[in-house]
Amino acid sequence: MIRLLFKSREAILGAAILVLVAAIASRFPAFVAPSNLANVFNDTAPLIILALGQMVVILTRCIDLSVAANLALTGMAVAMLNTVMPGLPIPFILLVALCLGALMGLVNGLLVWKLDIPPIVVTLGTMTIYRGIIFVISGGEWINAHEMSDTFKAFPRAALFGLPVLSWIAIAVAAGFAVLVGRTPLGRTFFAVGGNPHAAVYTGIDVGRAQCAAYVLSGALAGLTGYLWVARYAVAYVDIAAGFELEVVAACVIGGISIAGGIGSVGGALLGALFLGIVKNALPVIHISPFWQLAISGSAIIIAVAFNATSSRTKGRVILKKAEHAL
Amino acid sequence: MLAKGIEDAPPHRGESSAPVLSLTGISKSFPGVKALSGVALDLYPGEVTALVGENGAGKSTIVKILTGIYQPDDGQIRINGEPVVFPTAQDAGSAGVTAIHQETVLFDDLSVAENIFIGHAPKTRLGLIDRKEMVRKAKALLDRIGAQIDPGVTLRDLGIANKHLVAIARALSIDARIVIMDEPTASLSHKEIEETYELVERLKADGKAILFISHKFDEIFRIADRYTVFRDGEMVGAGKIAEVGERELVKLMVGRSVDQVFPKRTPQLGEEVLKVVGYSHPTEFEDIGFTLRAGEILGFYGLVGAGRSEFMQALFGITKPSKGAIRIDGRVAVTRTPNEAIGHGIVYVPEDRGRQGVIKGLPIFQNVSLPSLKQTSRNGFLRLAEEFTLARDYTQRLDLRAAALDQDIGELSGGNQQKVVIAKWLATKPRVIILDEPTKGIDIGSKAAVHEFMAELAAGGLAVIMVSSEIPEILGMSDRVIVMREGRIAAEYEGADLTPEHLVRAAAGITEVRT
Repeated sequence: MIRLLFKSREAILGAAILVLVAAIASRFPAFVAPSNLANVFNDTAPLIILALGQMVVILTRCIDLSVAANLALTGMAVAMLNTVMPGLPIPFILLVALCLGALMGLVNGLLVWKLDIPPIVVTLGTMTIYRGIIFVISGGEWINAHEMSDTFKAFPRAALFGLPVLSWIAIAVAAGFAVLVGRTPLGRTFFAVGGNPHAAVYTGIDVGRAQCAAYVLSGALAGLTGYLWVARYAVAYVDIAAGFELEVVAACVIGGISIAGGIGSVGGALLGALFLGIVKNALPVIHISPFWQLAISGSAIIIAVAFNATSSRTKGRVILKKAEHAL
Repeated sequence: MLAKGIEDAPPHRGESSAPVLSLTGISKSFPGVKALSGVALDLYPGEVTALVGENGAGKSTIVKILTGIYQPDDGQIRINGEPVVFPTAQDAGSAGVTAIHQETVLFDDLSVAENIFIGHAPKTRLGLIDRKEMVRKAKALLDRIGAQIDPGVTLRDLGIANKHLVAIARALSIDARIVIMDEPTASLSHKEIEETYELVERLKADGKAILFISHKFDEIFRIADRYTVFRDGEMVGAGKIAEVGERELVKLMVGRSVDQVFPKRTPQLGEEVLKVVGYSHPTEFEDIGFTLRAGEILGFYGLVGAGRSEFMQALFGITKPSKGAIRIDGRVAVTRTPNEAIGHGIVYVPEDRGRQGVIKGLPIFQNVSLPSLKQTSRNGFLRLAEEFTLARDYTQRLDLRAAALDQDIGELSGGNQQKVVIAKWLATKPRVIILDEPTKGIDIGSKAAVHEFMAELAAGGLAVIMVSSEIPEILGMSDRVIVMREGRIAAEYEGADLTPEHLVRAAAGITEVRT
């Protein structure tokens, strides 16, 4: 029942997005031109990738606030690498970005797993540390477009079957995560750990290890996005994507991923990110101040959470019944 | 104190005093379970009434009714003859009823004085809390009960016994007339227990009516003036402690009409499967050793807190033992994590089904397949069809009543959830299954199904350990019973020695009376 409900919850979000797009299209038909929609999607791609990583972390009852700092640090590191060794092939750059990001995720994960520090505290701390490291390695300097090699900058923009590589990567990550979450033992473990960590322990699952794995995944994706971001905008500096972690968490919450863990889906994260991306891109088109964007995404979060709270009320009744049983 | 002598004359005219609190015809049902049916209980000022009964007899339910947490379905509560109702815990508190639990509900990070006066702190003229006055009053209250506690220290820094004293000081500060003490000595040292007895004497001298819940017969006979015995939610006896003997009390507790039918079994004992030697834990249990054969059901009986679950958790790798060894099929097995235990074929169905057993949000079949994902997946990918087949096979054997296997497990009744948890472990093809209070809080029908299935498992050659605090279940199911008390094995019974009296005596530590 609940599962059905929550499938339909994604359907509701999907419908809300369609209504939103239709409303915008009724006044500005150009918004729904395929090329513009592709642009909106491409613009939202980094948010989608990070939201998918955040989703697995939230599924295990944790949170990763360090993703934007991780992104910025990895971006700066690969940009500096590129200035020093412009000839490095792109696959190698991608590998470095993934590994560096995963390493930072691993630090988060190990702190949560081995030292049992609350996730929000760990990632709040590492968020600041990672930002600080950018300043240290760059000396606060910017790396501008002319210092980066052309191949470095071209990769995310290269068109492939009509879409830029950045978009294809978001699609690939979404497909990969759909398989990971729905079709692998690790994915199942994420749900079990977040759904009931105590019971997971009694089932022979190492809860901390699963949480650590989620952080590594989230970190790797943040690292990957770091390169794509820096290359796409052709600039790297300390404050890249500052505050972006909140947008990522917001996308997850709007997408119906329960902050209490154990509930969520790839489709939800994807739609949550798309919803925010469309709002962000549509507002300038319909001449609404971008400042409203904050209010709109804030309202969306509250509506999404309120909706989730009412639909899980049946769950509450079951818990009560259980409490009464335990005489 | 609006005395209305006209209508309700105190019922016990010839007695020393009338009851300050009197319950009559109290009934309470939960879905599938009748917890209390028409019980009566009287508490007298300046006297200690011991409430005695097995686990599940309804003692906790009556405490919850008295403290306003549950509402009775039927019956009346009277205080000094006046009918009262306690819709909330606050109402019970302001009527002068206070409870001191094993796990006392206080605020760890507040000071002792703040804990005593929270909600009714003395105020200055400006309406702010008068700290000085509060500390002074707290000191006076603590002195009155002979507690040597500095009112300024943080509660966290006190031991359990001192926390109880703070709770009692709080009770005095709100002028409680009725004090419920729910197993107050269960986790105390010998010296602290003595101090608790002294405190009870002081409270008695103060004219408080005390309801004292305990499983320890020595302390019941030492400090109680009256007794009331509950059995299966009914009041089966009450009177003055001076007029009753230990034997009678035990009989009242356990003597029952046989209303539960257990499956008939002729155990076919096979090879020795599990041997445990000298298992010890720094704080929870010591020197546990026994053997278990295939096809055998070994019962573990004891009072709550005797260390049975703690031992089972160590056996299953949740906690680490300090000493001891396990052999499975004669080979040394190490179980440092649940995963290793599962690898050795030891599985554990935990007592707290909601917290430790089921994963709500996951559908039934995924709950079942969770520890068996290695078998059901191929090349690192899950095969949902395999999981479904596995879940169907095992849940069918347990006669699970569910609409569909992809239903959320949270929607099932307690009994059916338990069946899923058992199915989950059977699917791992274990050698030894530990069932910790397997039928606690589940309805009669599911109980019978679980019992029947347990018998089937044993017949199929599985070695079964059953931890239970229900005597009929222990007697009806076990081939052999180990009784634990205070972290140690107190006795082991089988065959004709396996009697309710033996079990209760061994668990409570009664030795002086011969049977």
